[in-house]
Amino acid sequence: MEDTLLIHRLHFAFTVTFHYLFPQLTMGLAPLIVVMKTMALRTQNDIYNQASRFWAKIFGITFIMGVVTGIPMEFQFGTNWSQFARLTGGVIGQPLVMEGVFAFFLESAFLGLFLYGEKRLSPKGHWWAGFLVFAGSWLSGFFIIVTDAWMQHPVAFERLADGQFQVISFWGLLMNPWALLQYAHNMIGAVITGTFVMAAVGAYYILQGKFVEYGRVFLRVGVTGGVIACILAVFPTGDLHGKMLAKYQPVTTAAMEGLFKSETGAPIVILGQPDEEHEKIDNPLVVNKTLSFLIYGTTAAEVKGLNEFPKDQWPTNIPLLYYSYHIMAGLGSIFVAVMGISAFLLWRRKLYESRWILWIVMLCAPLPYVANTAGWMTAEIGRQPWLVYGLMRTSEGFSKYVHAGNGLFTLLGFMGLYTVLAILFLYLVHHEVEHGPEPGAEGVLRTNQPMWH
Amino acid sequence: MLFVWFWLVAIMIAGYVVLDGFDLGAGILHLVIAKTDQERRTVIRTVGPVWDGNEVWLLAGGGTLYFAFPLLYASAFSGFYLPLMIVLWLLILRGIGIELRMHLNSPVWRGLFDGCFAISSLLLTVFYGAALGNVVRGVPLQKDGYFFLPLWTNWNVGPQPGVLDWYTVIAGVVALVALTLHGAHYVAFKTSGELNTRARRVAGVLWPVLVLVTAASLVATLSIRPQLLANYRSYPVLYLVPAAVVAGLAAMFFYRRKGNDLGAFLSSCVYLVFMLVGAAAAVYPNLLVSTTDPALNITVENAHTGPYSLQVGLIFWGIGMAIAAGYFVFVYRMFRGKVGAASEGSGYL
Repeated sequence: MEDTLLIHRLHFAFTVTFHYLFPQLTMGLAPLIVVMKTMALRTQNDIYNQASRFWAKIFGITFIMGVVTGIPMEFQFGTNWSQFARLTGGVIGQPLVMEGVFAFFLESAFLGLFLYGEKRLSPKGHWWAGFLVFAGSWLSGFFIIVTDAWMQHPVAFERLADGQFQVISFWGLLMNPWALLQYAHNMIGAVITGTFVMAAVGAYYILQGKFVEYGRVFLRVGVTGGVIACILAVFPTGDLHGKMLAKYQPVTTAAMEGLFKSETGAPIVILGQPDEEHEKIDNPLVVNKTLSFLIYGTTAAEVKGLNEFPKDQWPTNIPLLYYSYHIMAGLGSIFVAVMGISAFLLWRRKLYESRWILWIVMLCAPLPYVANTAGWMTAEIGRQPWLVYGLMRTSEGFSKYVHAGNGLFTLLGFMGLYTVLAILFLYLVHHEVEHGPEPGAEGVLRTNQPMWH
Repeated sequence: MLFVWFWLVAIMIAGYVVLDGFDLGAGILHLVIAKTDQERRTVIRTVGPVWDGNEVWLLAGGGTLYFAFPLLYASAFSGFYLPLMIVLWLLILRGIGIELRMHLNSPVWRGLFDGCFAISSLLLTVFYGAALGNVVRGVPLQKDGYFFLPLWTNWNVGPQPGVLDWYTVIAGVVALVALTLHGAHYVAFKTSGELNTRARRVAGVLWPVLVLVTAASLVATLSIRPQLLANYRSYPVLYLVPAAVVAGLAAMFFYRRKGNDLGAFLSSCVYLVFMLVGAAAAVYPNLLVSTTDPALNITVENAHTGPYSLQVGLIFWGIGMAIAAGYFVFVYRMFRGKVGAASEGSGYL
């Protein structure tokens, strides 16, 4: 029983974590590509068109990875979490079907036109294709966040006698305040990934001394967008999210901050290892009274510690939750610094010559993935032990007839397949980056292919 | 209301089969009729801009089913756990095969991607057919509304069957033949020259096979579940559905003889749609029947979501699908015509 639950949890956790590595880049790149296409229309400078085409290729590879790893997500509600699907279908069925009919059709219809239809469309028409792919991918993200937000903070529902949840307000569900804030924070997180990746490729080109002109465009767009996104991630979205969490899931706040005992003027723990057994933080590095201030706006406020809550309501993996949150918040702070310095140097027209910061920007490329993943882990591990917060436990939701042996079989299958996908993805993106964005650099064989290029 | 949602789900499934069906068929034929890299690219180009949109019908259909009948979704998806997971893996390989092929210019890589595309397409059609066969045959539903089917047991149609038994294998073969033929008509319609000739030749060979397996599947179905005729007896007008299937088959034959590829393709759409309509009309109001006790059947009555959702859903679902239909018309118009005539360097358009 315990084993089966664990396997089903790992199954979803692994597949969704791997899946979200791709949409965060496509959702982050989409607005940047639209920006570059807008600049191309405005300035009539072909370098922006060429830059858009280059990123469209990366986008295309990433998008297909997101599509193929995304389909299993919709299936797994039923395959691995059938009791959850059955009881909550009356609520989350709505955003999930809306994602299909409003977002997926939009994305898929215009993706082909955007990736390969440039010659058939006018420049404006192609801009619209790009814009609609952007709109579709962001809309898709919204419906998924609505689904997750309802699990975090259930609203607009009634519970029937047999335990089923039933939605009672269409707009109430879509406009769940939790969803709006989580969506803002999440999409900004995706833009951070997009801007860091774009800036990092730019930095790489300049450091390599090839495709330098393009490197500058990528850096300019990436750093400008990046500094805005990094600040917005902390304030107001991250700040408001933290306050909302403290209000509705105070036990989660206590666990992720490592606050075992209630405290007036609670400190914030920057570093240290939570010791669950003795209920304390080892080797703590703290800033006094900051947590009270961040949550309540006054250093005198009391923050409730884990001791205020019954143990059966504690998140089930406190150290992992604590680390996830600290990694997200720590990296978020580092991003503000890196993008802030880069933006300052860009403004002073020194960025392209400051090789030290280019090195840092380039090496930072993987970190937004870590931060976004850690952020989602904070949200989902923090929600434990509940599937629907306060109402339905995780242990009540899985498919009880799919035993651990079957679950492990398919989990291993996904692990193997996704390892291959990851290698393939990295290889192909590397291939495109090395190939570069310049026209005519396509090579003899490539120009002989009239179809896909 | 429940009747309406039953048919909306059925429409989504039919839409998926007709649309993704032709690109699955093109995938199956990929290695058979396209020999050179140029020809293979042409085959992929016939489906390249549309396959992803077609596949969205599966997701949107699954979403619609979940939205309207959560119990069915929960029961069927966990009960068919293993075949669904295999379907997911095949969908992954297939998407990769189609979309990443052009990024690497190497015969070995391309051979690998072509193989992924073809083999996954073939296995998917068999699984889809078998899935439909399972729904028609029934599954060992328990009192709590759940079941779990192993991939196979003794290959017999009994109270404790597997996903695969002799009946569902027949259904799988029907789907394989029907969708391969569907794809052949589509490829013939979208290409010219040598590829067109080969696709037509394949269609010529497969047509009599399809007639044969369709008839066999009808006999097999009525032999394992004679009660499926009950709705037909109550509403004799339903006999028009199998008549439409026969008409679709006949029209396929005549249009192909006349060299009208579009006509043959549309006839194939008619055949597929009415095969599914016929099955849906036979099972209604059941969604999933129990092999052990008819009282345990999952029906539209006991599986549906709340009345408020169903009403609101009719509005937003209707709006969403109307817009989506607009995209489809637009995209198919953009990509109309034979693909072989594209000039150099024109993308895959």
